[in-house]
Amino acid sequence: MLRSMLFLPGNTPGIIINGEILGADAVILDLEDAVAPTEKDSARVLSRNAIKYMGFGACQVIVRINGIDTPYWQKDLDAIIPVKPDFIMPPKVSCAQDVEAVDQYITALEEKCGFEKNTIKLIPLIETALGIENAFAIAASSKRIAGIFLGGEDLTADLHCKRTKEGHEIQYARCRMVCAARAAGVEVFDTPFTDVNDDEGIYTDAQYAKSLGFSGKSAISPRHVQAINEVFSPSLKDIDYAYEVMEAIRIGKSQGKGAVALRGKMIDAPIVARAQQTIDMAKALGLGREE
Amino acid sequence: MKKIIRSATAGTLESSDALVTVAPHENGVVIEVDSVVQKQFGEEIFRAVEETLRALEVKDARVSVVDRGALDCVIRARVETAVLRGEEDA
Amino acid sequence: MAGKLVKSIREAIQLAGLKDGMSISFHHHLRNGDYTLNLVMHEIAALGVKELTLNASSLFDTHAELEEHIENRVVTKINTNYMSSGLGRRISEGLMEAPVSFRTHGGRPRDIQLGITPIDVAFIAAPTADCAGNCSGKFGPSACGSLGYAFPDAMYAKKVIVITDNLVDYPLKGWSIPEIYVDYVVRVDAIGNPQGIVSGTTKITRDPVGLIMAQTAVKVIKHSGLLKDGFSFQTGAGGASLAAASYLKNVMLQENIRGSFASGGITGYLVDMLEAGCFESLMDVQCFDLKAVESIRKNPAHQEISAMQYASPAAKSAVVDNLDVVILGATEIDTDFNVNVHTDSSGYIMGGSGGHSDTAAGAKLSMIIAPLFRARLPIVTDHVSCISTPGRDIDVLVTQRGVAVNPKNQELMLRLKDAGLNVMDIQQLKAVAERITGKPGHLTRGERKVAEVIYRDGTVIDSIYSV
Repeated sequence: MLRSMLFLPGNTPGIIINGEILGADAVILDLEDAVAPTEKDSARVLSRNAIKYMGFGACQVIVRINGIDTPYWQKDLDAIIPVKPDFIMPPKVSCAQDVEAVDQYITALEEKCGFEKNTIKLIPLIETALGIENAFAIAASSKRIAGIFLGGEDLTADLHCKRTKEGHEIQYARCRMVCAARAAGVEVFDTPFTDVNDDEGIYTDAQYAKSLGFSGKSAISPRHVQAINEVFSPSLKDIDYAYEVMEAIRIGKSQGKGAVALRGKMIDAPIVARAQQTIDMAKALGLGREE
Repeated sequence: MKKIIRSATAGTLESSDALVTVAPHENGVVIEVDSVVQKQFGEEIFRAVEETLRALEVKDARVSVVDRGALDCVIRARVETAVLRGEEDA
Repeated sequence: MAGKLVKSIREAIQLAGLKDGMSISFHHHLRNGDYTLNLVMHEIAALGVKELTLNASSLFDTHAELEEHIENRVVTKINTNYMSSGLGRRISEGLMEAPVSFRTHGGRPRDIQLGITPIDVAFIAAPTADCAGNCSGKFGPSACGSLGYAFPDAMYAKKVIVITDNLVDYPLKGWSIPEIYVDYVVRVDAIGNPQGIVSGTTKITRDPVGLIMAQTAVKVIKHSGLLKDGFSFQTGAGGASLAAASYLKNVMLQENIRGSFASGGITGYLVDMLEAGCFESLMDVQCFDLKAVESIRKNPAHQEISAMQYASPAAKSAVVDNLDVVILGATEIDTDFNVNVHTDSSGYIMGGSGGHSDTAAGAKLSMIIAPLFRARLPIVTDHVSCISTPGRDIDVLVTQRGVAVNPKNQELMLRLKDAGLNVMDIQQLKAVAERITGKPGHLTRGERKVAEVIYRDGTVIDSIYSV
């Protein structure tokens, strides 16, 4: 489950060593924007060692490599794949071919390391206008794709508009991303909220992303993690309702009823599916009632 | 075997990091460690440098570590990066 | 009355009859902005007086000139409650023959009152005073708020000299220390540098680890059973402790809990809590920022207390004994919950108890909040290098990777486990740290005893050795 994903600069040991206790479901070790071109070598060795020797506890590990238009990405993968991160995040993915290049390179490394094929999943970062238009093709391009990730900052630069707190300018991109991901059967993650001092704004932004259908959201500040987790966790009310739905279905079945109603509303297949999702998530989080 | 042909550094002097410098040297390895946790971890740091050099097949080098309380895996990373930066181009 | 006002510090010292071997005292409300101690010591040295005992409630890096006076044997003995790292390092290197005696903020007034550490001449840096010696910290260009630690000096010293840079007409309105204790008054250009006295604002930490610990600290308080109407609280001015205060405020407001008081060194965060109705009163022995100074000046519910009322075991009752919860720091804590706040990881002196052991002894719940490791050094050890506060007075350790409850407090342990907090045995917590950092080698201590730690009841609980 990936509600919150926290970016950590890949060359800063003081921040990395406490990455696992900041509450995020996943950490994103960043070898790209957070690392100066002269320190790319240093960051990949440090991040590799951090994963290999220290680990990140219960957090899943994502590594954001450098873009395939740079001379760094293959070396990044050479260093990182052998220590088996959960996910690789290639940035600036604009089309299915971009994924293929990374996919093939990882396949070769997996073979070399003796890992089963497709052990390491991909979360492509889509942050160009072309990438948004190709979102479905990207999401469906490989068995490795676990989800797609919206990058609002670079996208707005590409769109020739200003990134705002309200985010009207990325409205279309957000909706398109969610639709593409769901159509391809993968998860979809929202761009970080960038005002680290706005403790209210993060709630509004995360709630909005959730309302559109996003699975989770990234953070550039640990201060945003708790809000994201709260928003993307089912509420106790949701959980109670989900159990009620399942109970109503069970009773309906035992009585041989074809259609079941709860609180005067017909329970159809999508409602049952959503209830099951809520219960699964609540169980994973240790929330709500005992069965 | 790798040969250090130029002086090179890696890392920083920030807390939890270390600044590692490698330089060419004849006849073996010379390691200097200056650490804020010298008393508690001086020997471990020395050993981490030695092991990293051995793993990288560096036989001759002068290595100096100015440590600000870096974890073992950080020391090893900084040594490796400094070696990569100072070695003969393959 | 007018005869009290003298022209210079030197004249006051002479009139007070300071002689070789006597004891002099200072208080530390001007903190690292204090000029007074250096001004006075300079005059004393010039007068050729030697072998003095210096009794200062705390010593800061701004007092580095003391090194010279120690070398010249003007000062041959120090009693203090806290010493910052500048002078602390030199003491640890063996600067003085006689070991420094560290007390607590409660132990110092106790020993002054009981005549164990008598004071011949007390110097009181007063941000405002009149010519008779009525004085206050609340007004003037060097305003520092409370003068709490200066009270025992004023009350029990044989001679009391008030030094001020804001001399006002008699009678000063709103005095803290009254003229009845004061022998001489001196006006100087400046008693301190306002920038070093109080920070403009004390800020909560931005360090994410500190914020995580602060959140956990508030969960501990919330589930301790103590957070209810009438709640009393103290916390230090460290970043994580302040963050805890600000989270605690939210919880108290949400749950509509009206506390009784907050005490100790007061910051703007506690003032905010007072003004928001979280507490009925602040019991202030020292102000840490401008907001606290302004509040103690204007708000009658924000009250100045003396060091005796704050923490003295010789007082008939003291504020610390009425505390529910105190949040404290540590440089080390051992598996018996003994805490070190005197020495750093290399064994150098860099602090002191202050009110640490007093509040820990008094409060129902004494919480240590500290990162599980600093850079590469684990905070939990087998034996602390110096016992500042005994483990029997500590209830719980909060770190970013887990909470350890002292087994003596089974009720708290059950409550925190029930609340779903990550409660671990302290040995386990130590192992978690060492898995990340490696196992540190032991420090070898020097030959010479450079300081002794005197617990608030007067017993020596540990010694500090040279490095």
